[in-house]
Amino acid sequence: MTPMTNDSLAELAGKAASQTPVEPRLSLQHITKRYPGVVANDDVSLSVMPGEIHAVLGENGAGKSTLMKIIYGTVQADGGQLMWNGRETVVANPAAARALGIGMVFQHFSLFETLTVTENIALALDAPFDLKALAVRVKSVSEKYGLPLDPYRLVHSLSVGERQRVEIVRCLLQDPQLLILDEPTSVLTPQAVRKLFETLRQLASEGVSILYISHKLHEIKDLCDSATVMRGGRVTGHANPKQETTGSLARMMIGRDLPVCQSPDYTGNNNCALEVRNLSATSIDPFGVSLQDISLRVQRGEVVGIAGISGNGQAELLAVLSGEQTVGNDAVLLDDVPVGKLDAGQRRDLGLAFVPEERLGRGAVPAMSLANNAMLTAHRQAGMKHYGLLNYAATREFAKRCIERFDVRCNGAQSAARSLSGGNLQKFIVGREIMQSPKAMIVAQPTWGVDVGASAFLRQTLIDLSRSGVGVLVISEELDELFEICDRIAVLSEGKLSPAMPKEQTNAESIGLLMAGKAEKEVA
Amino acid sequence: MPLLEPRANPSVVMQWAAPLIAIGLTLLVGALLFYSLHVSPLKAFYVFFIEPLETSNGWSELVLKASPLILIAQGLALGFRARIYNIGAEGQLLVGAICASGVAIYSNGAETWWVLPGMVIAGAIGGAFWGAIPAWLKTHFNAEETLTTLMLTYVATLLLSWLVSVPWRDPDGSNFPQSIMFNDSALFTLLFDGLRINTSVFITIAAVLIFWVFVSRSFTAFQISVGGQAPAAAHYAGFSSRKTVWLSLVISGLTAGIAGAGEVAGPVGQLTLSLSPGYGYAAIIVAWVGRLHPLGIVLSGILMAMIYIGGDAGQVSLQLPSAITGLFQGMLLFFLLGADAFVNYRLKRRKPRALIKEATA
Amino acid sequence: MIESFFVHLIPILIGTLGAATPLVFAGLGELVTEKTGVINLGVEGMMLIGAVAAFAAAVATEGNLAVGLMAGALAGALASLPFGILTLSLGANQAASGLALTIFGLGLSAFIGQGFVSYSLSGVKPIAIPLLSKIPLLGPVLFNQDIVVYLSFVTFGLVAWVLAKTRLGLVLRAVGESPEAAHSIGYPVTAIRYGAVLFGGAMAGIAGAYLSVVYTPLWVQNMTAGRGWIAVALVVFATWKPARLMLGAYLFGGVTILQLHAQGFGVAIPSQLLSALPYIATIVVLVLISRDRKLLQLNLPASLGKPFIAGG
Repeated sequence: MTPMTNDSLAELAGKAASQTPVEPRLSLQHITKRYPGVVANDDVSLSVMPGEIHAVLGENGAGKSTLMKIIYGTVQADGGQLMWNGRETVVANPAAARALGIGMVFQHFSLFETLTVTENIALALDAPFDLKALAVRVKSVSEKYGLPLDPYRLVHSLSVGERQRVEIVRCLLQDPQLLILDEPTSVLTPQAVRKLFETLRQLASEGVSILYISHKLHEIKDLCDSATVMRGGRVTGHANPKQETTGSLARMMIGRDLPVCQSPDYTGNNNCALEVRNLSATSIDPFGVSLQDISLRVQRGEVVGIAGISGNGQAELLAVLSGEQTVGNDAVLLDDVPVGKLDAGQRRDLGLAFVPEERLGRGAVPAMSLANNAMLTAHRQAGMKHYGLLNYAATREFAKRCIERFDVRCNGAQSAARSLSGGNLQKFIVGREIMQSPKAMIVAQPTWGVDVGASAFLRQTLIDLSRSGVGVLVISEELDELFEICDRIAVLSEGKLSPAMPKEQTNAESIGLLMAGKAEKEVA
Repeated sequence: MPLLEPRANPSVVMQWAAPLIAIGLTLLVGALLFYSLHVSPLKAFYVFFIEPLETSNGWSELVLKASPLILIAQGLALGFRARIYNIGAEGQLLVGAICASGVAIYSNGAETWWVLPGMVIAGAIGGAFWGAIPAWLKTHFNAEETLTTLMLTYVATLLLSWLVSVPWRDPDGSNFPQSIMFNDSALFTLLFDGLRINTSVFITIAAVLIFWVFVSRSFTAFQISVGGQAPAAAHYAGFSSRKTVWLSLVISGLTAGIAGAGEVAGPVGQLTLSLSPGYGYAAIIVAWVGRLHPLGIVLSGILMAMIYIGGDAGQVSLQLPSAITGLFQGMLLFFLLGADAFVNYRLKRRKPRALIKEATA
Repeated sequence: MIESFFVHLIPILIGTLGAATPLVFAGLGELVTEKTGVINLGVEGMMLIGAVAAFAAAVATEGNLAVGLMAGALAGALASLPFGILTLSLGANQAASGLALTIFGLGLSAFIGQGFVSYSLSGVKPIAIPLLSKIPLLGPVLFNQDIVVYLSFVTFGLVAWVLAKTRLGLVLRAVGESPEAAHSIGYPVTAIRYGAVLFGGAMAGIAGAYLSVVYTPLWVQNMTAGRGWIAVALVVFATWKPARLMLGAYLFGGVTILQLHAQGFGVAIPSQLLSALPYIATIVVLVLISRDRKLLQLNLPASLGKPFIAGG
């Protein structure tokens, strides 16, 4: 492994620019991959030229990630061919992929929290083991591409954006000819997205091919030279995104227009449903962020959003709001009643509902039936238990009503929670909470990993809930989502919360600046 | 290449087939073992599992051994559902036996009605206390209950050893480390003349019924299961993990303590070093093989009792080593855990040949 | 005065090293296993199987120590295999599987050992290392020991070096930290964990071999008497750091030996209760270290105890 020299880069760039027909860097032909009960990739073909930024566009579950895993060798295809620089190639495993010059930046980073930046990078390099020399290279490469990194920092002390840099630098050190990025902007501020795009364009100009996986239409229009659109495991079209509208791309992606939420006016009383006053709390997690002097009001009839990148105190704020961590009694008020010292169960008794980010394992017990999962929080409803004994008929009845009312696709109340798709399980959990007629409801990442149809349903459900006189608080990393459903938006960064602004008085740009906080500014 | 893939829904069939498969495999390996020891497997199985049941005494012994196993396993199973691994039931049994014996010894041979109930209550309290220590260590200091319960078992064994060697040693017992023999008011009544089976089995029967209702219907048992399967979900729902720890360890200590009282006030009749043939450990296996289900535990308790009795019989009639009992117990648990994998996973179907060729051509 | 102090102290310290050596081997093995995210509660069982196998091999070769140790290591590794299959290939609960291994090991070792109860071995003579053994106090304690004690020093050095300084160590730590991430960048997580489990088994086997061939040297049923469990506890006490593990092992060796000497000095506590000291000490030590949740969380291999079965 030799570091990429300027000469070889120039040569590559020259090749890309010249008019002579060049062979595709990567060409997939008729790739098929089946899992039990689902065809993840069905006859997928695409090709990427040297120096090309190629988008793979599709919503959650369209088969993009499986396709990338096949290219990177983590998963083997059942059928089809992969051509690498014109030669038919079998990528047996990620090490083989790296040897070919394929680098991958994972959506859920493949980093190790308790190891340093250099150690993390060393793990993915097949070079001789010399951490000191590597640290020097990490520093120089990271600076060259505008991705500054301290090679000796432990990963758990890095911000999410910095972690992504580690992943990218890790790929760059292997002289990649093809770089795959899987939903890279889901954790970035708008400003950081622009910086990333600069880096990617620089790489492309040096001849590196880029496969850019995303479901964000405007980003793809902004960055990519060409796009392959996938739906339900199949390719539904190839396009030049610069010549398409977001509407036409959306139709290729989901087969119809993007659904739009309706936010009607609210006329009922707007008493305070949930209030946080000067809340400070130390994190229980040694890698966590402590909350500093947070104040927030959520009124009946409105949806308030908290923007920010996970790891800035989101988990801690949720724990304190839900009652999983207790604080001073007057720090949290539910319907003007101080509840800071009450535990999660007691707060629910008073009308607080909560939908956690992690659906399987927190919002629901994976191996238990939906009926039993309903009992996690619905046991306090009338008729569910007598003298400490459960009424199973009532439980099933509750689950059935929830399934019908919230359009949960499953095999009835007895199906295990883990057998449901992310969107359907989320509908069940949200439904379970709404059916308890809460006064205030907190929802974390409501549509994370959920397909477009279910997302639209969930968003509309939350708006409707608020308009029925409930205070709804949404914590999300997706700015688009917050602007779609919220009436006011605040930003949580480094454990501090900005004042909630009516959404008409703010925009993605200024929210992004608040999200970046001071850590990013220091580096920039 | 992984061999397994997860099932969407846990397999109900495998849930109950797994113990049967485990028993079958244990018997199979047992047959091979007997064969290698130059004992006809058929003869050995006859001696192990049939012969002891040809007499009324055999049945009496079976129930007598199954009873404490079932009782202890009921308590343990509750904790295992919560993933609280009390592996020190043996120690809790011993402390229960010690406390019960204390009542018998200090009541000084009084021929009154309250001695036996007093012993059972003292045993229950003693066992519960020995279970409460690890519960306290876990809830207040976050100390692993697996290790603390086990360490406390060694402490209990040494405590017992001291008691029967020094303060409670039978002065007329020719220096053997054992207490006086208890008189009738400190013993459970025999059910039949000439057989050792006694009224303590009714405690076990009552316990099975109570646990059955508790586990299948109570909200507390539901909370315990949630805590075991998904601790974060229990936290989310506001179910107290401390309560679960205390309940699991105190209740399992309590049942083990009563079982200990049942031994000293039953077939053993005094406090000795060898009052339990490892019931506290065997009950762990009983709980698992019985699927942590109160009725399943009854069946697996009887099976485990048969292994005990068969081991004794094998030693007498076939001169097989006594350690064979422990070997069977360990194998049974191994095979069960292996078969259990198929409740939540299934074998991955191999790819059709043609496709592999296509992919690598 | 000072001389007589040494006269008492030196045998205690020498004994401490001997008593600690099985804990060192078993503890280091378990530490490596746990570093990859697998907790094996079967150490006690693997030690017993190692002990009986080593004893049998040593008896058969008229007390050949090397053969005994190798037999112990091999038997321990073999004993860990069913645990590996259950937890790594079949995704079984690690706590239950380890427990099963201990119960099985107790039974199997007793079964095999029944034929060896009446045998005894001559033991192993200490080897004084020239010059070093002449250092006052330290010399006789550290450098006039049997060869297995020296082997335990070497093993410690190797384990500490590999974990801290080599690529292999980095990979082991990475797998324990996040098997998902290790898998996604192409490491064979299950195979690596198998290796660690087998290593843990072999080390527990050597620990058992030391007990039956060098320390006692006899075969007695259930002769490990909880040392396997203490080794597991020591790994927690050590917060998964080899040097702290050594410290813990010697502390325990010390408690064990002191307790024996106390009986000799005529301390007025019944011997049975003194014998309970190491077990009580284990609990105390666990409590002291576990109460600091943050310290544990910072050092705990993040995936410890969680099954990982690669998808795809």
